[in-house]
Amino acid sequence: MNATVRWLVRRLLLTVLVTAGAATVAFAGMRLTPGDPVRTLLGSPPTPELLRQVRHELGYDRPLLEQYGLFMGRLLRGDLGHSYQLQQPVARVIGDQLWATLELAAAGFLLAVTVATVLAVATAGRRPALRRLAVALELLAISTPSFWTGVLLLTFFAFRWQVFPVISGSGPQGLVLPAVALALSLVGVFAQVLREGLERALEEPFALTSRARGSGETAVRIRHALRHALIPMITLSGWCVGALLSGAVVIETIFSRQGLGRVMATAIAGRDLPVVTGVVVVSALAFSVINLAVDGLYRVVDPRLRGAAL
Amino acid sequence: MTGRRSLGVAAAAAMLALLAIAVVWPALLAPHAPDAVDPAAALAAPTSDHYFGTDELGRDVFSRVVHGARPSVAIGLGATAIAVVLGSLLGVLAAVGGRVVDEAVMRVADVFLAFPGLLLALLVVAILGPGTGNAMLAIGCSLTPGFVRLARGQALVVRDSDYVRAAITLGAPRPVIYLRHVLPNALPPLLVLAMVNVGTAIIAGSSLSFLGLGPKPPTPEWGAMLSEGRDFLEIAWAMAVFPGLALTVAVVSVNVVGRTLQRRFEGRLPHVGR
Amino acid sequence: MSADEDAGTARALLTVEALDVSFATGRERVHAVRGVGFEIRPGECLAIVGESGSGKSVTARALMGLAGQGSSVTAKRLELDGEDLTRIGDRRWRELRGGKVGMVLQDALSSLDPLRTVGAEVAETLRNHRTVPRDERRERAVALLEQVRVPDPRLRARQYPHQLSGGQRQRALIASAMAADPPLLIADEPTTALDVTVQARILDLLSTMKDAGTAVLLISHDLSVVARLADRIAVMHEGVFVEQGTAEQVLRSPSAPYTRRLLAAVPSGRARPAGGAASRDGGNAPASGNGSPPEEILAVDGVSKIYPRPDGTRRPAVDGVSLTLGRGEILGVVGESGSGKSTLAGLVLGLQDPDAGTVSFLGTPWSHVPEPRRRPLRGRIQFVHQDPLASFDPRYTVERVVTEALGSPGRRAVRRRRDEIAELLHRVGLDASLLGRHPRRLSGGQRQRVAIARALAPRPEVIVCDEPVSALDVSVQAQVLDLFADLRASLGVSLLFISHDLGVIHHLSDRVIVMREGRIVESGPVDEVFHRPAHPYTQDLLAALPQPTTTSDAAPA
Repeated sequence: MNATVRWLVRRLLLTVLVTAGAATVAFAGMRLTPGDPVRTLLGSPPTPELLRQVRHELGYDRPLLEQYGLFMGRLLRGDLGHSYQLQQPVARVIGDQLWATLELAAAGFLLAVTVATVLAVATAGRRPALRRLAVALELLAISTPSFWTGVLLLTFFAFRWQVFPVISGSGPQGLVLPAVALALSLVGVFAQVLREGLERALEEPFALTSRARGSGETAVRIRHALRHALIPMITLSGWCVGALLSGAVVIETIFSRQGLGRVMATAIAGRDLPVVTGVVVVSALAFSVINLAVDGLYRVVDPRLRGAAL
Repeated sequence: MTGRRSLGVAAAAAMLALLAIAVVWPALLAPHAPDAVDPAAALAAPTSDHYFGTDELGRDVFSRVVHGARPSVAIGLGATAIAVVLGSLLGVLAAVGGRVVDEAVMRVADVFLAFPGLLLALLVVAILGPGTGNAMLAIGCSLTPGFVRLARGQALVVRDSDYVRAAITLGAPRPVIYLRHVLPNALPPLLVLAMVNVGTAIIAGSSLSFLGLGPKPPTPEWGAMLSEGRDFLEIAWAMAVFPGLALTVAVVSVNVVGRTLQRRFEGRLPHVGR
Repeated sequence: MSADEDAGTARALLTVEALDVSFATGRERVHAVRGVGFEIRPGECLAIVGESGSGKSVTARALMGLAGQGSSVTAKRLELDGEDLTRIGDRRWRELRGGKVGMVLQDALSSLDPLRTVGAEVAETLRNHRTVPRDERRERAVALLEQVRVPDPRLRARQYPHQLSGGQRQRALIASAMAADPPLLIADEPTTALDVTVQARILDLLSTMKDAGTAVLLISHDLSVVARLADRIAVMHEGVFVEQGTAEQVLRSPSAPYTRRLLAAVPSGRARPAGGAASRDGGNAPASGNGSPPEEILAVDGVSKIYPRPDGTRRPAVDGVSLTLGRGEILGVVGESGSGKSTLAGLVLGLQDPDAGTVSFLGTPWSHVPEPRRRPLRGRIQFVHQDPLASFDPRYTVERVVTEALGSPGRRAVRRRRDEIAELLHRVGLDASLLGRHPRRLSGGQRQRVAIARALAPRPEVIVCDEPVSALDVSVQAQVLDLFADLRASLGVSLLFISHDLGVIHHLSDRVIVMREGRIVESGPVDEVFHRPAHPYTQDLLAALPQPTTTSDAAPA
């Protein structure tokens, strides 16, 4: 238990450090922007008077280090700044849009994991022709950009056959096409990693030993090999969060869905930096927390790690 | 079995050759100029003259797809090159620079790794503004931390390997050992990762263009063309479908060839990663 | 073939006649087992002995219908307990596996699923065969662990394989194989990964089970292990049985030449084989005479090295070790795994500095000196280690490996030094035609010879050998050991020879030190230590040493 506590303290510190680092990078980015953010904010050429006043209000006339301190202090209190374009606090913008993105990400993730598991368990170490077909399909899925799958799905399922709505509203009907497009970008990688893990585990002596105890093929796969195959899947979690978020940016735009991704895309196009940094800091935090949880999950799945302090 | 596989690889290699021609000398393949406007023929379906149809200004989609190869490939290759060079330098620095340097480099890499996926690239573009060069730089930055990690790990594995120990016992000076054994053995896995990453970088570049953050409009680019075509899905499906097809075929070919080379390399290096 | 006197008392449990196993690889079929036949009766142990690749494991797996993908198994007769195994389906096979035949593999760490508790692994057999109701499985698993004498079985059942010692794991694996009480147990190299003292106890356990009426099919490459347990022995070579008979017959008066080669290659812990390499060269070797002590070229004085362990505590891997090595002398270092032998090698080679104590080489300080001071002398102390392949740059051919040791591995150097290289290869018994090859295309014995050639290239005074033969098959082992003895005799090179294998050490060394947990517990001339061991640990080690040619096992128990 001692080792676990030490591990937890270390990991928590690291999470705080990484998030603070990410916020610092975001701050630096904001201040490094070519051009005056206040001019962008005010739009039409302002009087020098107004410029000075707004600058003062936003604290841009203070020393950089003090600005940094104020920025970090506001972050701690959950204040992410004020959107130039939307005239709203960034925190509220994110809060409003978060749910839609989470819904999409969760649906896409679950769909991808389910399909990948079935595909991998069914084809790992089995008939070469079947396996080769699965490998080719996965490579295709990995190589296909999600915005193209999105467009194809729209063209056929929404416009041509009109099975699903073109503009995905909030209903479950509208979630289907975006979730499929998002899942397709994950499923190839998941299935590959799972199959490789399964095949490696099935080659291990413990799989042979289990067969020698009279276990059937399915039992060996599910009881023994699948857990081993899950371990490399956990290492993928970082990549997976990234893929889900980047996928959301593109897919929400294609399907005209609400969500963080679309807010982000609009904000970048309009150079609404507070929103961009806000989304970036929040995702970095979410990412770090998910990584922490996943590291913990590692220790649950693999008992060999429980004694390790790192 | 091997026959069928090498057939696939040959097809992929042929596609890459076509891609290379499209990048170097697009006029050889494209029947029309990419910016030749013909309002009379706008939004036409594929014909024998316009293989992929025309767009809303009557420009030939096929010719634009051919010309669109250059920016896509440039972003993909350029970003990967940035990531390999920057990543290997920093990674090797971390491995040989002692504890303090190692901690510093790796913690900074951790911070950058905490920007999931495209996010770092989006932040960089938001700061620098859109454009081909900026997109390349942005994607290069977002790929770099992965290379830092691999380069450091690789340098450590090789440094602590038995063959480097054998070279030490033979009395070889340290710089000689680094040049003769560490560098050549640490590099191939990095190049393999680079090859596998080119496809990812091409997709990322097109994603940025798709969001309007890539090359400026009249320039044909696959992601941007797809985005334009989105508004005409009902009337001219070809406008959005073919640029995406070109992109997918290019990335599949890069990945197929990349993986084949990866298998070759890993077969040749039985001790890497042990 | 079988012992006739038993024929009336017991019916054969397993009968195998003309067993063939082949594998499809690409377009060809490779025959791994050809025309093998044998019988096993209840309470009897048949051992199949052979080197790696002889087909012994494939034979064992074929008996469980687990020969693997792409295999084809045919037999004139294959009967278990009167049931014809050649005409049963998948379902019946599953009932037989674990139910009527139990299997124990080598290396229990990877044979038990590392992600499941030991109890769950033992209970899996019970679950598959519905031996006991669901809610009694855990209790029965604990009872089974107790039966195979795993200490503290209730705790162990809740733990994971990595938390158990090697011997306990092997016992747990045996418990899981025996859970459904099968009349036949197949043990495939059951003791190979274990230290000798533990090995002996596992063999005792198998022996009790045999006495209780279980038929045992023992697969091993190690004749000395086989001699402890087997009633009958079959010797397998390249897929066929070259000899089969009672243990006494095969070990005492082998008829096949291959068996004789195998027996001759087993290094005995008790007596040096007459005409063995060490005694043959004994007259020439400067150190083995009983005259004045040889010139001292390496001195290790009270060295310690401390490593942090994964759980955060610090433990000395080497603790106050002192030794000296004379010119032309062979000093054996013996100890079980984890005794600090390899750390000692690193200290002697100057790859690490000790935390306490000093090393001096050729009369000059060798530890705690800057690397440029060590460099000019480096060539004079060389290293040969257990896994030669890992010690070669993966891009290098044999030629470049050796040339690097002569100076630089460049192509010009290769041309200039062709004669030197050829001579080195000749000295280690390698053909010059291998020069252009990559080491990974060589056999284990050839690789080790290349490593030795490289070590010889800078004309060293001392070669440190860390388990140089333990990864090799026994017959190859003997050849490589002979090569070491030859080199000492002809070149006068000193060896610090590290091994866990007492037989190997006895075969080669002049003096020996015994290490345990980083300390030297005993040292002295090799015959003295082996015949009159003073320390209880040395006595344990020697007592645990299997003896291939005694007949004590044949005596009634």
